Order: sequence, then structure tokens, then C-alpha cells
Amino acid sequence: MIHSLFLINSSGDIFLEKHWKSVVSRSVCDYFFEAQERATEAENVPPVIPTPHHYLLSVYRHKIFFVAVIQTEVPPLFVIEFLHRVVDTFQDYFGVCSEPVIKDNVVVVYEVLEEMLDNGFPLATESNILKELIKPPTILRTVVNTITGSTNVGDQLPTGQLSVVPWRRTGVKYTNNEAYFDVIEEIDAIIDKSGSTITAEIQGVIDACVKLTGMPDLTLSFMNPRLLDDVSFHPCVRFKRWESERILSFIPPDGNFRLLSYHVSAQNLVAIPVYVKHSISFRDSSSLGRFEITVGPKQTMGKTVEGVTVASQMPRGVLNMSLTPSQGTHAFDPVTKMLSWDVGKINPQKLPSLKGTMSLQAGASKPDENPTINLQFKIQQLAISGLKVNRLDMYGEKYKPFKGIKYMTKAGKFQVRT
Amino acid sequence: MTDSKYFTTTKKGEIFELKAELNSDKKEKKKEAVKKVIASMTVGKDVSALFPDVVNCMQTDNLELKKLVYLYLMNYAKSQPDMAIMAVNTFVKDCEDPNPLIRALAVRTMGCIRVDKITEYLCEPLRKCLKDEDPYVRKTAAVCVAKLHDINAQLVEDQGFLDTLKDLISDSNPMVVANAVAALSEIAESHPSSNLLDLNPQSINKLLTALNECTEWGQIFILDCLANYTPKDDREAQSICERVTPRLSHANSAVVLSAVKVLMKFMEMLSKDLDYYGTLLKKLAPPLVTLLSAEPELQYVALRNINLIVQKRPEILKHEMKVFFVKYNDPIYVKLEKLDIMIRLASQANIAQVLAELKEYATEVDVDFVRKAVRAIGRCAIKVEQSAERCVSTLLDLIQTKVNYVVQEAIVVIKDIFRKYPNKYESVIATLCENLDSLDEPEARAAMIWIVGEYAERIDNADELLESFLEGFHDESTQVQLQLLTAIVKLFLKKPTETQELVQQVLSLATQDSDNPDLRDRGYIYWRLLSTDPVAAKEVVLAEKPLISEETDLIEPTLLDELICYIGTLASVYHKPPSAFVEGGRGVVHKSLPPRTASSESAESPETAPAGAPPGEQLDVIPTQGDLLGDLLNLDLGPPVSGPPLATSSVQMGAVDLLGGGLDSLMGDEPEGIGAPNFVAPPAAAVPTNLGAPMGSGLSDLFDLTSSVGTLSGSYVAPKAVWLPAMKAKGLEISGTFTRQVGSIAMDLQLTNKALQVMTDFAIQFNRNSFGLAPAAPLQVHAPLSPNQTVEISLPLNTVGSVMKMEPLNNLQVAVKNNIDVFYFSTLYPLHILFVEDGKMDRQMFLATWKDIPNENEAQFQIRDCPLNAEAVSSRLQSSNIFTVAKRNVEGQDMLYQSLKLTNGIWVLAELRIQPGNTSFTDLELSLKCRAPEVSQHVYQAYETILKN
Repeated sequence: MIHSLFLINSSGDIFLEKHWKSVVSRSVCDYFFEAQERATEAENVPPVIPTPHHYLLSVYRHKIFFVAVIQTEVPPLFVIEFLHRVVDTFQDYFGVCSEPVIKDNVVVVYEVLEEMLDNGFPLATESNILKELIKPPTILRTVVNTITGSTNVGDQLPTGQLSVVPWRRTGVKYTNNEAYFDVIEEIDAIIDKSGSTITAEIQGVIDACVKLTGMPDLTLSFMNPRLLDDVSFHPCVRFKRWESERILSFIPPDGNFRLLSYHVSAQNLVAIPVYVKHSISFRDSSSLGRFEITVGPKQTMGKTVEGVTVASQMPRGVLNMSLTPSQGTHAFDPVTKMLSWDVGKINPQKLPSLKGTMSLQAGASKPDENPTINLQFKIQQLAISGLKVNRLDMYGEKYKPFKGIKYMTKAGKFQVRT
Repeated sequence: MTDSKYFTTTKKGEIFELKAELNSDKKEKKKEAVKKVIASMTVGKDVSALFPDVVNCMQTDNLELKKLVYLYLMNYAKSQPDMAIMAVNTFVKDCEDPNPLIRALAVRTMGCIRVDKITEYLCEPLRKCLKDEDPYVRKTAAVCVAKLHDINAQLVEDQGFLDTLKDLISDSNPMVVANAVAALSEIAESHPSSNLLDLNPQSINKLLTALNECTEWGQIFILDCLANYTPKDDREAQSICERVTPRLSHANSAVVLSAVKVLMKFMEMLSKDLDYYGTLLKKLAPPLVTLLSAEPELQYVALRNINLIVQKRPEILKHEMKVFFVKYNDPIYVKLEKLDIMIRLASQANIAQVLAELKEYATEVDVDFVRKAVRAIGRCAIKVEQSAERCVSTLLDLIQTKVNYVVQEAIVVIKDIFRKYPNKYESVIATLCENLDSLDEPEARAAMIWIVGEYAERIDNADELLESFLEGFHDESTQVQLQLLTAIVKLFLKKPTETQELVQQVLSLATQDSDNPDLRDRGYIYWRLLSTDPVAAKEVVLAEKPLISEETDLIEPTLLDELICYIGTLASVYHKPPSAFVEGGRGVVHKSLPPRTASSESAESPETAPAGAPPGEQLDVIPTQGDLLGDLLNLDLGPPVSGPPLATSSVQMGAVDLLGGGLDSLMGDEPEGIGAPNFVAPPAAAVPTNLGAPMGSGLSDLFDLTSSVGTLSGSYVAPKAVWLPAMKAKGLEISGTFTRQVGSIAMDLQLTNKALQVMTDFAIQFNRNSFGLAPAAPLQVHAPLSPNQTVEISLPLNTVGSVMKMEPLNNLQVAVKNNIDVFYFSTLYPLHILFVEDGKMDRQMFLATWKDIPNENEAQFQIRDCPLNAEAVSSRLQSSNIFTVAKRNVEGQDMLYQSLKLTNGIWVLAELRIQPGNTSFTDLELSLKCRAPEVSQHVYQAYETILKN
């Protein structure tokens, strides 16, 4: 099982280590540093690195490498999933997960890590339970603790941990009972030169924020459950009920959680909400190239596309760019060759465009590679797959909760080739 | 207020100050101090000096303080075992605390204190906790058994904890079941033979029930455990599959992949006609696709596994090609894996799309990825026959881009396409030739030269092209040199009239001016072939080559089946069975897919490993004759064995067949009997340079390939050591060493006069010795040796002297006389000077001899940390006349079968197993068999000397 954990920042310093079995010397990380050196970018460090006596499995998030050391045959996905869970937990506890924050809260971090694994076996990874065991630091609590001498560590057995609903603690009480659900869909797409879609898929999630008293039992039904044929559920969802009736029935965890994630890939179901017109041309003879892109809405069901940003890695041969946007701000970094354009909202009457010239290295042949355009955007109040919640009911408790459903569509990895 | 304050230090000395604070009366101060200590510990500072002070804080009812102290204890108890004992009492007390949280915490912490002395005290509290009324305590105790087992396995067995743990599998609480399974699995891993997880239908049923209710991590343990079970028939398999399928919708990707493993394994037992089989196939695709939308690290592991799944059951993902399309900002490790899977999924139906994508990738920025993409186009051409034409034209388009590395890769893959579809796309050769000058990578140059040689008759200026390469022959890499040699010989055979000069030139370059034995040997072979029988040469060199196929990059079916059983593990990431890389290889059990049951057709899956293969089958014994022959047939350096026909494997005669294949049969016709045992090759300098001269015996002699290599480079020579110090010999100092070169043994001596008078009249004599070593000529020191003068002499030796067994065997007693006195000394000679050049045993003979020598005569040795790989080992040994008779690869380990012969005719047979060890080092296992076992020890020493120097 998981032997040790090292936290390494991007400059290669180990700033935290935790061992769940015997202590593994930090020199084991030298193998990791070697791999880190070989990889051009931090993202490219391979996640599984063999060393003579151990295996190093790592994830890279928030500019920190979380490196787990294992000694025996352990499912690597198990380890990587766990590492992501650690990062999520830190984020949940401290709001952000960064080196200074971890250092500031090192004792809590250490206590949390100790609770998450026992001898390398996962012990408590549900944030609900962890928070019962070790209370997250807040300014108020720190003050209270200093005055009263009480501690961050809860002295109650986390009640949920042994019940049939381990994700929910008992005795929850709220004055305002509310349940909010966010349906968030991300479109991953590759659009080719001519504007036709090569691949497009929707990664959807339903994130919930449920603050309900007692042991509520919720059911959520959809107008068009057929869309959901590839789903992963939070453990609280009763799978049998879904299989037979296509209804989500569950006792929710307390607080924020991801109820389900789904995947829609059938091409005809995926509407592409924006298009990009582009003309990027280099001429062999001159050291100038022309550059022009226009962004416009396509299938948006009448909603506004906002938060649009365009980013593109220009070929190495491009020295500088002189461009004028019709709206928004743009920037070109001559070192990284990264062009970014913060467009903002798309007004269908007056399409945003970015025009100008690129200066190339004099005398050099025209670049071999074609830049890919990366697009970000947001559409409020729309689930692009057409998924709609029909109704939400609560059983088991008497009060009437506030209910709310929000929809949002975002660009995931949305790429346009030129 | 943050914890960073715990990192600040004062000048006075941190430890000192902390000590004071820890002993403070105020609770709050104490706690702050412990926090500081923990903070220092987390960043790797050594605060073990504070051990007694921290332990003193343990007796407290403040839970946080207790926890902090526990944290500290776990970290440092090992380095302070005596102090740790002090803590035992508190632990025992805490194990009886009314609060289950405290009980669990105590038992959990005790297990983490890896000190032998403490373990004894742990047993009683642990036994109680395993039967505790609170499931939280029970599940913690279950893990504790695994911890204890890790520290002291014997104790756990003696105390009967394993049985208690097995009972917990039937516990009413699913979390306890999951932890018990996890603990048992971990213990079982270190005890592969001990049937700990004895699975039967009842226990399986319990596990399946617990599966639905336990945590995600518990589900992983249970699923992995289920995967080890073999259902008794297809109905049971189906019912387990049905109950496992819901796990495919889990949000945790590790749960999904473990479920996939169970399903992939049990599917093997289901009949394909069953409706359920089809349903299951359909259900497997979406979760696998979903894994690809996770974080890149998860994607990577998923892709490595999908690669296996696609090879085993391509039908699952055949419609999902698009999800493997590469996004430009995927990490490189994800990109490369996706590319590989794209090729595996390529079929006639989707090839157009795939090619368009690949062409797109070829314009990306990342050079490595671009290269792979170009290669992938070639692999598509080979895989999907109908697409070959399209692929070729895509490649031509790419060549037109003139991007250097793209062109080079394209040429390499076009060569492969030619090998798959000969005489179909020669029209492109002209385009390729235009790019000749831009090729600077050896592989691309070699590929181009191959193409020119292969199609020499259609390229008008083939001779000019090849000649242009010849100019810088010595600067080329071996790969190019070999290819150039072959290509020119092909050219000569196709256009003999105008290229005679060229071929002579290349042959002389290859045979005379090169230090590379491979090149020289190949040169000699061609030379001899051409001079003996040009017709035969034509048949050999221009023989029809077998077509290559895409199967070359598929995983071998039996290995694939084994790997399917390891889906989701490290083995699946590395595509190697665990036995090949798991630390220490401690008795890894080979897993195999369950055989299809009788109720279904047996026509399916002939590759299913028979269940009869015994698990721990060790490979350190030489295999039965049939096996070895089978393996030998796959070696490309051997001639076809004229033994009983073997249906299992076919003779491979690939491009390198020139060295094997027909050659031996040609040589077999020679009246001289090439390679006869007593043959000694003359020095290389005698190579006649006139090609086509009537074949003289001198020429033919040169072609004793095996021995020429050995003689030319010579055995390893140890540095000179002082044999006779000046003090003992009235001022004469003798140092020396032994050499063997070109079949003759010599003693290289260095005589130094450290006396004040001139020395003359030197003579030397040996005592009788084990191998009859004797000076072959008198010791000749031409001039008198004046004071402080040194002279170096090489004294030739022979082995015809009288024999007397010495102790140790290689002891040599020497007497040296000069005008002053007679001096005696003794020295040990390395045995390898006695290894003769004709020590290569014929394979059949080797096999027979090996079996013939009784097992008591076998001796085993270890050579650690040898800085060479298998090939280097083989060639290094060869230069000291230890010959590799056969080579095979067993589960990633190279096995060399070697023979050598001593001057007195004793044969020694060796089996050398090469285990990859630390990065660049290998561990060798040497088994020696010899009719005179006393020599084994010395042969081993010789091996070690040769390999380590």
C-alpha cells in the first residue's frame, strides 16, 4: 500500500514528507528529480517512475508534485485517485492548495494525512468525516481555541463512518434548509481547419450543495434521462433504482459534493455553440505574416456566450505580432510565443475579431507547424446536451426545503486547428 | 495565526528551547511545543533527541495532544526502541478506554511502532480489539494485523491472528470485511504459497454483499480479491459478473478498473453465444471512455490498460476511435499512449479518419510526438492493407514538407512498407532519392541504403548512390555500415559487370579496416560466398524475404492473457508480468485466465493457458530438449536445426538471415570442414585482398567465424602484480601477469634490478602443476640488467609439461635463477588463459552433454553488479574464449548457454542467467557443469574477473 508521501514544489524542494510505514529516505526522490529534468515541462513528468526498490507515483496540481512512494504491487489508479483526493481535501480545508498555505497549516495537514491513511490503507477520505475528526482552521476557531484552550481535533467518533450511510453525519441541523444543484457541462471538441467537428463530447457533472436537517431522502428525476447512458455516481446514489426507473434516489452527504458525472459522446447530440473563422498565412518570401480570427456564436439556443478567451501557441518562428482587436484585450508573449485574447461577451450583431500582422525571423523558412487555437467560454442557464431536471422531492423529513437548479455550459478542451 | 510560526527558530538552539517548553507545566505551552516538534519533523529535521520529553506528554486526556504525541512516536520509535517501551503502558490502558475512538487510535498507533520489543505487548490488546463490540475498532484492528505481520510474521502466525482475520471476512459490517480482505491480501503477497484467501462460493457471496456497502477503497480491495477466484462454471461466472457490473458506474476510477479486471477475466468463461456476453461487451465501453476524461495521470494508467484490453478484445472499443484523438495540450505521455491505441484500433472502416489525424499530428511542435505520428502512419499501412496506398501518399506529402526529421522518419517507415508490399510502390523511390542528402540519422540512412540495395536493378545510378556513402564509411554507425555492405553485395549480384570494384572496396573496408566483429564477420561471409559459388550467393543474399506483419508489435498471447489478470496493477502499466520486476521476485504466482468450461465450445481461444501450468515453475534448470530446440529455432543467429521437425515454431529468416539461414548449409559442403574443433585461425593480417582469386586454403581458413573473434581481440589480461619482492630476492623484483593471445599463452614478466650490482644469467623453471604449464622457450634477457634498470619479457608457455595436481588448482611454483642466487615464488594463474579457441560446442552436443553430466557436478555462483548487459556479457566472454552456444529470453531475463574447453580437454558447460538489477548493472547467476567439478570454482573466478574488468 502507500508507503510515503512527498510534496515537492516546482523548484525541486521537498517541503513536506509523511510516512505511513517505515521511513523512506528522501533520497528516493532523486529519481523523481531526474525524470523532472528530462521532461521539458512539469506537466510532462511521467506519473509512474520505477526506482530499484520503490515506485514513485505522482500527480501535479497547483504547481505542486504530490509524490507517493510504494513498495509492493499496488493498483496505481488507487494511488493516483488517492493523491487527487488529498489535494481536494487540502483545497476543501484551506480554500486554496499552495505551498505557503500547506506550510502555514502544517500540523493540520499532518493530522489530516494521518487520518486519511492507516498503514497505507485509506481510512477516512470523505471530507464530511474528516472535518468531524479534525476541524478545518478558521480565524474564528483559532481565536476561540486560544482563549478556551480547546482544540481542532474532535473527540467524537465520526458517527457516519460506521452507519449504512457513511457519507453523512447524524444530527445535522440547519435553520434554513436548502438544496442546490448545479448542472455543469463542459464541451471537449476538436474542430478542424475547415470548421467541421472531428470529435466532440460533453463531460457533465451535477454538483450539489445540500444543507438539510436530519436524514433526508431525495429523489431527482430528469425530463430526458436517456441522455445519461454513461454515468458515474456518488456512492450515495441507489444504483438499482436508477437501473430500473432512471431516477436518482439518495440520502445526500452534508454540504458540497458531486452527485454524478456523465459523459455524452454521440456526435449528433453535441451542439457546438461557437465557431472561429481564421486566416493565418505565412509567405515564404516575406518576413511578415497575416493573422486574422473572428469568433461567432453558432448553436447557443438564444443564450449569450460570455467569458470568451482565445489562446494560441504560435510557431517558434514568430518574433512578434501587431494586432488590433475589435473588443477586449490581447497579449503576445514573445518568449513563450503565447497569444492570448480576452474577448468577453460575444455580440451577435458585431462579431469580435482580432486582426494584424506577425513578424517572422528574417530569412527563415516559413514555420512547419500550424498553431492550434484554444477557446474558453461560458454560457449561463444552458445545458448544451439538453439535460433537464424534472423534479426534486424529499422524503423522510417534514420541513419544506428551498430547492434550486442552475445550468451552465463551459468549454473544456475546446480546440480549433488552423 | 498560522502554523508557520512553528518554523521560526531562535539563536539559542532550537532543541534546547523546545525541551524547556515541553517540560512546562502549562498545558497550552506543552501543546504548542509538541506542534513545533511535529512541524520540524515534517520537513525532515531530526528532533529525535526530544524523545523522552515528548513521550512524557502522552499521559493526557487532551485528544489532540495525544494524537500529536502518537504521530511523533510513530516516526521515531524505531530509532529509540528502549524509550518506546516507556509508552507501552499508556497504549495498553488506552486500548481499554470506553471511547472507541481512543481504543482504535491506540491499537492503530501501536501497530505503527515498528519495534520488535513492543510487538509482544501488542498481542493481547490486539486480540481484544479484533473482537471488540465496536466495528470501528475491529476494522482498525484488522489492518493492525497486517502491520504486525510486516514486523514479525512468525508472531502473527503463532498467535493465531490469521484465523481471526479470516473470520472477520464473515463480519456483519462491510467496512470490517473490506479491511480484513485488504489485510489478508497484503499478507498473502509476502506469502504466495499460504492459501490465506481461501475463496469458496460462500465467502464470495459475502464479499459481493459487502461490495455494495463498503467504501470505495474497500471496493477496490474486494474486487481485486474477487479477481483471484476461479468460478466453477460459466453460470457462477455470469452471476458474479452481474453483481460486479454496477461498479462500472463508480466515480472512483480505481474501482472501475478493478471491476473491468474481474469482468475481463470471468468473461473468458462465458460462451460467446450467450446474450449476456454481448451485453457485457457493450457495458464495458462507456466506463473505459469515461476514464479518459479524468486527470492526465489517471488517463495514462487507464490508457496503458486499455492498450491491453484492445489487444485482447478489440470489439469492445472498436467504435470509440475518436476518444483517442490527441489534444494538443495533452501531456506527452498521454499523447504517445493514445497514438499507440489509435493504431491498434485502426481498421478499414476508420482508416481515413485516422490518417487525417496522424497527418495533422505530423505538423505539431513536439518532435518526439511528430516522429511517432509518422511511424504510426507506416504501421497503419502494414496493418490495414487497403490503406497502404493512401498511407504512402500521405507519407510522400510529408516528405514534401522537407522538415528534416519528418523526412527521415518517413523514409524509415517506407522501408517497412516495402517489406510488407514488395514491388508495389517503387514509383516513390525517385522522390526518396531526392532527399538522400538531408538524411543524417543512422536509422534513416540505413533504411535508404536498404531500399537502394533492394531495388538496385531499378535505380539507374544505384552504384553512384551507394558509392557516395562509401566515402565516409568509417564515420558511419555500425547499422549503416552493415546495411551498406549488404546493399552493395546485392547490387553486385544484380549488376555484376559494372560494380566489381565497388564490392571489392566495401569488402576490404569491412574486413580489414574495421574493429567491429559483426561487420567483419558479415564481410567475410559475403566474401567467401561470392568467391565460392556466386549462384549460391545469389540464392542466399537475394532470397525472398518473409513479409513483415503488424503482429510484431503485439504482445505475445500467453503474456497478454497473464497481463489481463493484472489489469489495474503496475504490471499492466509496464506490460510485464510481476515476476519480471517486483522487488525480490519473492515467489510471484503466475496467474492465468480461467479456462472456458465444458459447457461452452472449446474452439475458442486456443491461447488460453492450460490451468495445469504449475505456479512456481522455476526456470533455473535447463529445459527439456524439445523446449530448448523450440527456443533455439527462434534465434536468428543459428542455422536450422536438423532435428525432428517441430510444428510449433517456424524458422525465421529475416533480413539478417545472411548470417544464418543458408550459410551453414553452404559451409557444410566444404571439404575442409570449417569450424572443425582443432582448427586455429591465422592472424587477420593474412587476409588476401584479391577477390575472385581461386579459393586457397588460406582464404577459407579465415572463415572460422567463432574463433576469429576470440583470437583477434584476445582474453582479458590482469594488470601486473608483484610476485617476488626485491627484499626476498636480493634486489631482484619480479612482477608479472598471464596473457592468452591468438591461441598462445604467455607469462609477461617485468624484472627490476633494485640491487647495486649488475644481474646476468637469468633462467626460469616451473614446478609440475595441474595443467602442465611449462615455459616454451628459455628466459631470454639479452643484456645484463644494471642497477635500477627494468626489463620486460614475454615468456611463451605451453601446456605439455608434466602434470601434478596442485592445491589450489591454479597454483604455479616458479624458480628464477640469476648470477646471484636461485629464488622461488608461487603465483596463481587465472584459469581463463587455459580456455582454448575451439571451445564452442555444437548445440545438440551441448544439450546431450548437459544432461549427461550428473547433477551433483553442478555448481552455482552469483556475480553481482556486473556493469554489462546480455550482449556485452556474451561478447566480452567470447573474447576470452567462453562461447555462447545459445541464448534465449525467459520472462525478460536473458539466459546464455555457454561452453568452454580447457587445454587439457576438459569441457565446462555454463548456464548464465542475467537479471536486470540496478539501473545499469545486472546480476548474473552462473550454473556450471563439468565432469571435473573441482575446476568450477576457478572457472567462476575467471568469469568474474573477465566480466568485472
